[in-house]
Amino acid sequence: MYSSLASAIHDAESRALRLSQVALEAESLDHGRPVAEIRAALGRALAVMREAVGRGATGDLRSTSGLVGGDAAKLRSGPAGPLSGTPFRDVLMRALAVQEVNAAMGVIVAAPTAGGAGVLPAVLTGLADARGLDDEALIDALATAGLIGAVIAERASLSGAEGGCQAETGAAAGMAAGAAVEMLGGTPAQCGHAVALAQQGTLGLVCDPLGGLVELPCVFRNATGSAIALAAVEMALAGIEFAIPADEVIDTMGQIGREMDVRYRETAGGGLAATPTGRRLAKERLYQMKRG
Amino acid sequence: MVSILDIIGPVMVGPSSSHTAGACRLGLIARNLVGGTPQKALIELHGSFARTGEGHGTDKAIVGGLLGFRPDDDRLRTALEIADGEGLAYRFAKTKLGEENEVHPNSVRITVERGDRTSVMTGSSLGAGRILVNEIDGFPVEVHADHHTIVLVAEDTKGSIARITTLLADDGVNIATLRVSRQRRGGDAFMVIEVDQPPGDDVRDHIRALPWVRWAFRLDRVTV
Repeated sequence: MYSSLASAIHDAESRALRLSQVALEAESLDHGRPVAEIRAALGRALAVMREAVGRGATGDLRSTSGLVGGDAAKLRSGPAGPLSGTPFRDVLMRALAVQEVNAAMGVIVAAPTAGGAGVLPAVLTGLADARGLDDEALIDALATAGLIGAVIAERASLSGAEGGCQAETGAAAGMAAGAAVEMLGGTPAQCGHAVALAQQGTLGLVCDPLGGLVELPCVFRNATGSAIALAAVEMALAGIEFAIPADEVIDTMGQIGREMDVRYRETAGGGLAATPTGRRLAKERLYQMKRG
Repeated sequence: MVSILDIIGPVMVGPSSSHTAGACRLGLIARNLVGGTPQKALIELHGSFARTGEGHGTDKAIVGGLLGFRPDDDRLRTALEIADGEGLAYRFAKTKLGEENEVHPNSVRITVERGDRTSVMTGSSLGAGRILVNEIDGFPVEVHADHHTIVLVAEDTKGSIARITTLLADDGVNIATLRVSRQRRGGDAFMVIEVDQPPGDDVRDHIRALPWVRWAFRLDRVTV
């Protein structure tokens, strides 16, 4: 697999291919698996993503601790806002839906992680459905997202314990933005700008879950991460270029992660987890779980 | 080498790859040690597993693994109730397996009983669903369960490695890695053999039939 987006973009552009094509080619070569088999596996992941969106949208799920759940349904059928009826609101709804399923011990695709699992399905299926694109387009998009994620894993990290939330929902936003730009007809170079635009907006984001549980703020970080991805898609497709190349933005994320205090890396020692309310809620909920 | 399918995956029951998917895999390994669903299990949680395990469903995931459920099995959520129905008597305890900086924060010791067989293992969930089993029945091992694995303890006999590798070759099993160590010359030697094909019952029986083999386990590959 590629270790820089620059080399993947160069390969794709010099051969008039899309990023998904060079990604599938590299994956096939690396692991000796036919492209059709890789696509089939991505298709199975897509089916699980769609199922999770559907389950979470109904709103009858509560997390193990009871801290989160039922908010996707509010975006689906609650009072209107300025963006009602647009793909934006639908994408937010889907991101909450998948993360609510995750928090309730439902089946999800950890892409790139369980804690950041809402962003890709939300942005990709939300935009594909709005445009009437089929599953083949979504499978291509997942291949591109996988390529971007592999580069992030190689150069930085995809773990909140190592790099904070910028490495989970932040990475997911970059993956989703780059993949969506290709899906909507952008060039490989525009995909690169979308990755950079999304990730610059999540640099420094800490991982601070209440009680160490993948619930609060994780569920909402997936929605706001999706919003950042959408902003990056809109800007990149409009022809906006980000001056710092995506690889260097990713390297920066890795560097910030390594310098991040351990309190902000999934330990519940800082951030929202350490607020008076955060501590109180975590204590109450964990106590209730033990009793019942 | 990073694979696209590792990034877009695994499919798993939430909420946490380390506290749920990895915990389930550790339960599956413990199940393997007694060859099926145990009748009794003592699950001793260490560190972060002990502190936030319940909120992450670590308890359900480990018991689900003991029942033979895989990390993507919907039934993990109700594993504790299912265990009651299947006659698996489980008990949880908090423990300290060692100093904070020596033992991985997501660690567990699982003691399982089935029929007249009892086995105990300690293992850790390393993140992203990866696991490491570091002790089985008092012997230090290093099992990641990314391959099918055979673990055996044998008397330190000349030619024992040659004998085992020949036996596996005769049974059509290809060795991926082989590690042998012993505590002292002439003491027991233990081998961890990772193989590409799932070894059948006949392979296990052939190994157990060797007079100098004290015990041998076959650990199925557990993927997320």
